[in-house]
Amino acid sequence: MEVKMQLTEEQQAILNGEKGETLAKVMETMVRYGDVFGADKMVPVTSKYNHLVTSVGLKALAPVYELMDKLIDAGAVSKQQFSMDPRPMDSNVPSDLLQDIVFKYFMFTRQEFYEGQLEKLGLMNKNAFTCTCYMDEVGNTPKKGDILSWAESSAVVYANSVLGARCNRNSGIIDLMGSVLGYVPSFGLLTDEGRKASWIIEVRTTKKPEAQLLGSAVGMKVMEEVPYVRGLDKWLGGKLDDDAKTYLKDFGAATASNGAVGLYHIENITPEAVELGEKLIREDAKVYVIDDQELQRVYDNYPVIWKNKDAKPKLCFMGCPHMSLNQLISWTEKVEASLKAAGNTQVVIPTVFTAAPDVLKAFGETPYAARLKKTGVITSYICPLMYMNNPMSTRKPVITSSNKLRTYTNARYYTDDEILEQITKGGK
Amino acid sequence: MKTFKGRPVVPGNVTAEALVSHGGLNTLASFQKALQFGDKKATCGDQNNTDLYGKQMFGKALCLPQTIGSTTGGLVLYCACSMGRQPACMLFSEPIDSLAAAGAILSDVWLEGTPLPVVDCLGAEFLEYMKDGMTVTVKEDGTVEVS
Repeated sequence: MEVKMQLTEEQQAILNGEKGETLAKVMETMVRYGDVFGADKMVPVTSKYNHLVTSVGLKALAPVYELMDKLIDAGAVSKQQFSMDPRPMDSNVPSDLLQDIVFKYFMFTRQEFYEGQLEKLGLMNKNAFTCTCYMDEVGNTPKKGDILSWAESSAVVYANSVLGARCNRNSGIIDLMGSVLGYVPSFGLLTDEGRKASWIIEVRTTKKPEAQLLGSAVGMKVMEEVPYVRGLDKWLGGKLDDDAKTYLKDFGAATASNGAVGLYHIENITPEAVELGEKLIREDAKVYVIDDQELQRVYDNYPVIWKNKDAKPKLCFMGCPHMSLNQLISWTEKVEASLKAAGNTQVVIPTVFTAAPDVLKAFGETPYAARLKKTGVITSYICPLMYMNNPMSTRKPVITSSNKLRTYTNARYYTDDEILEQITKGGK
Repeated sequence: MKTFKGRPVVPGNVTAEALVSHGGLNTLASFQKALQFGDKKATCGDQNNTDLYGKQMFGKALCLPQTIGSTTGGLVLYCACSMGRQPACMLFSEPIDSLAAAGAILSDVWLEGTPLPVVDCLGAEFLEYMKDGMTVTVKEDGTVEVS
């Protein structure tokens, strides 16, 4: 094959098949992938752990499991241990009989088999199933400057932006192959030039903007380009503390799913913006002003694809991406207070808060867990997106404040305050 | 006949009937139902794509700007190719995105033959010109002839 990028002797030898046919194919895949995007070389993956996006044992993904077997049989397993996106099923989450039958016998029939493959390939541990692997409780938190081979879009944008690591928006399987090889092609968000902003976002709202709504507006405007956000730092208290990280987790997931953002800079907050400031902005950067009216316009334009637009919600999902520990705690307090004000003792719509197994474990060790349970809110490690991404979910009116869930499913978006109102006082 | 010239991402020769998506193709939303429930025609299941929803994608020359959506997109495309439910080719008006590139390259490297020829950078005019049902001939060097 014709190779455009510069390979080291070792990389060329792998490509020539000196370490076996399977590893040669892995190298060919990554070299061709890099060549398409003008990569000049392959660079070592430096993070301690990897993270893989494909966590579901879907019958439809049988070819992926066959490919995994080829890698395992050839000993071409991950050079790093890795965490995974969330599991697709949890008996804690309300479902009807038909859903149970379809999930178990038609959709996720390969779950157990697939998790067995993952253990052979390098899974960190049985709890390492979450889209927020970067949480302290989970322990897959890359360092600034680390080169990653991740694919989960919400984790990639968080790692690039909030942690200052470097990772492209890869596809599933490419994430694993980078880790098997120990190298990824150097292009896009791995390079200094590729991390410069081609958009300036001016936030001029009169109150703290809803993270998921602001992220949606930014994502839809800039698509895959890099935005530099001014005016948000004052709403984040001027520092990157746990609350700001939680806010940016949700903001970033919305930019990545409503657009295809892999990196953003928040003036005076995110590490590269603090270090380099406006040197990160390209000369020809475009400007997008976001005020209260613009956020309202974005909100009003979301289509409602429920068959009956006036249906009473039957389920509420919070936690796409998975909630942080401080988010679980603050929501416990908010739900309690709102129930008390309404004269209710339990939520009036079945409500599921999702978080990483290790975060749920830490939450369980606080007094808040029992208090949340008392409100009737269910906690789960499930992936709400996988729960809903099937033909049966179109029949069920689900509400959420996740813009990612809204984008990929028929879930209806409401702001955090509206969700709180609905689950504690009654839906529209 | 009109001719367009793009970049062959996965070179191949094929002739097929055009199917046009003016918006980005959400790969997961478009293929999941077909792959999950044994639809050999690969009927597009993405309700948000008004150009493609309900139409057969298998065997068509799929003309589009880019793919969008979940980063599982590449492996979904790989699965479609492995299960023989892929389009005849994918023709991108814009530079290909990382998810579609991954799916196309994975299929070419790991599956037999050339299951999915791909050409990108065909330009905005290409997508404006294309209509469903036109006959498209793709050549290895990235030439796309439309009649």
